[in-house]
Amino acid sequence: MTQQSGTAVLSTEATADALLVATGISKSFGNVRALQDVSVWLPRGQITALIGDNGAGKSTLVRVLSGVHPADEGSLTFDGSPVRFASPEDARTAGIETVHQNLALIDDLTVWQNLFLNRELVRGFGPLSFLDRKRMQEQAEKMLSRLSVNVPPIRSKVRRLSGGQRQAVAISRAAGWGSKLVIMDEPTAALGVQETARVEELVKGLRADGMTVLLISHNFDQVMRLADQVWVMRAGRLAAGRRTQDTDGEELVGLVTGAITS
Amino acid sequence: MADPTAVRAARGPTPGAPDERVRGQGLLGRLVARPELGALLGAVGVFVFFSAITDQFLSPLGVATWLDDSATLGIMAVAVALLMIGGEFDLSAGVMTASTALVTAMLATRLGWNVWLALLLSLAFALAVGAFNGFLVMRTGLPSFIVTLGTFFALQGLNLGVTRLVTGTVQVSGIRSAPGYESAGFVFASTVDLGGHAFQISIAWWVGAAVIASLVLLRSRLGNWIFAVGGAAGSARAVGVPVTRTKILLFMTTALAGWLVGTINILRFASVQANQGVGLEFQFIIAAVIGGCLLTGGFGSAVGAAIGALIFGMVRQGIVFARWDNDWFFLFLGVLLLGAVLVNNTFRRRAERARR
Repeated sequence: MTQQSGTAVLSTEATADALLVATGISKSFGNVRALQDVSVWLPRGQITALIGDNGAGKSTLVRVLSGVHPADEGSLTFDGSPVRFASPEDARTAGIETVHQNLALIDDLTVWQNLFLNRELVRGFGPLSFLDRKRMQEQAEKMLSRLSVNVPPIRSKVRRLSGGQRQAVAISRAAGWGSKLVIMDEPTAALGVQETARVEELVKGLRADGMTVLLISHNFDQVMRLADQVWVMRAGRLAAGRRTQDTDGEELVGLVTGAITS
Repeated sequence: MADPTAVRAARGPTPGAPDERVRGQGLLGRLVARPELGALLGAVGVFVFFSAITDQFLSPLGVATWLDDSATLGIMAVAVALLMIGGEFDLSAGVMTASTALVTAMLATRLGWNVWLALLLSLAFALAVGAFNGFLVMRTGLPSFIVTLGTFFALQGLNLGVTRLVTGTVQVSGIRSAPGYESAGFVFASTVDLGGHAFQISIAWWVGAAVIASLVLLRSRLGNWIFAVGGAAGSARAVGVPVTRTKILLFMTTALAGWLVGTINILRFASVQANQGVGLEFQFIIAAVIGGCLLTGGFGSAVGAAIGALIFGMVRQGIVFARWDNDWFFLFLGVLLLGAVLVNNTFRRRAERARR
């Protein structure tokens, strides 16, 4: 690899404050080598973007990090200790939450029921434990108002919410459970200008709260606006890494398409 | 997103202030959005109609008769409603009421088992079939409609084949002389005297089933999961809800209800026909749908299903009291089903439209 500019290039050697370090990750599906020797790291308390063309391996990398697919080779270090995720449950327990592109919300349940789905608060013991609806509703209010000014009505069914409000619910759910890393898969892909701006505020709010964020995005302007650091994938390999202050949209496009090699 | 209302609402006046669209919903709006409203209106209508045109309908005898008819259907409808909210069907539920009764009767009469022991084994049998249904549906990913259609026919064949093999006829009777019959009959098939007429204990089981199912559905973690797996199984799985376990449990619940109804029947009539229960499975589903369950899952009510069964019983017995030909029952049933579904659909549409 030839280096274009010595100072701007981001080393795959993680700094000491990295929350997550992935080293030499490879993953194949049959004959398709989806990931080859990918090493990235995420600085703690910052927003890191992951960009690349379709089929570049972004989604596969995210699935490895969130425990959906275990890697064939390579290792993960999370919060200082080596980890191996066999299931999304494992990753979640460790403190990694993923906001899926489809948001994984249940339309016919209310906002607070969605926030607490599978984490319901109960009173009582064993078979006689009942949902503590009041406490869940109060906490839901807090979880949502902490992050956004655009608080969706918590007793309303998710079906009745706008796209941006749904996103707010999904992000609040991911951020609200003592998680350390929130992975977001194209959070604004389906949103209009207004709502995109609002969701971007939400993401910044996560960072202000000390959360580490991994943001998958196709929108380079958004990456430049939000992210502190960016990794570029191309054809299953890591193409480059940059601090956003050291790069611009034009260079990112070049790195994604392969017109520029780092 | 260009919708001005959405943007205004999304901006919100102040953090924490209630959304204006929800504020406008009001008590009436919330009532209309309840799944059981259509069934409740229908039940009141049917009740008033038959009370007006017949004398016996409101007498203690009349009430005891139609409540009794509704009870066994209602127990099943409540369980089937839970399963439908969870996004699945069970066509083997009707035949299950005969299979369990047959198992109990054969063990008690042919092998001389204590009735309680026989009941325990038929319960194990029912739960095993329910678990098998659920396991097969979840493992193969086939629609439960097809899988349980298969178990439906298999059970029907077993019921007839085994009964003829063991008894030489197509019915099993004589459980009255089996040990433990008295106490088991007291629990499942006794009557309570109210207002000079005997009310079947099955009515209490029906009410109990509706209450427990409602508590589970609306006040327990499992209830949340049932709505979630029926509404969006993929999303539920993504959040870590045990989708497979929840659905298998629901199939086992319908089987359990089938066992309860089979037990009530065998202890009450002391004999069981091998072809009993066939065709009932659709009545259970109809009662659940009248009660507000969607065929697509994720929406419905256990109390609604119990009311749906009540409508069924009132119409079936009301027609008898009115001395009409029983053939009219099916016409009534068809009209009721369409009416209830249309009402539910309209209300639901309106509730959804309110969000824009």
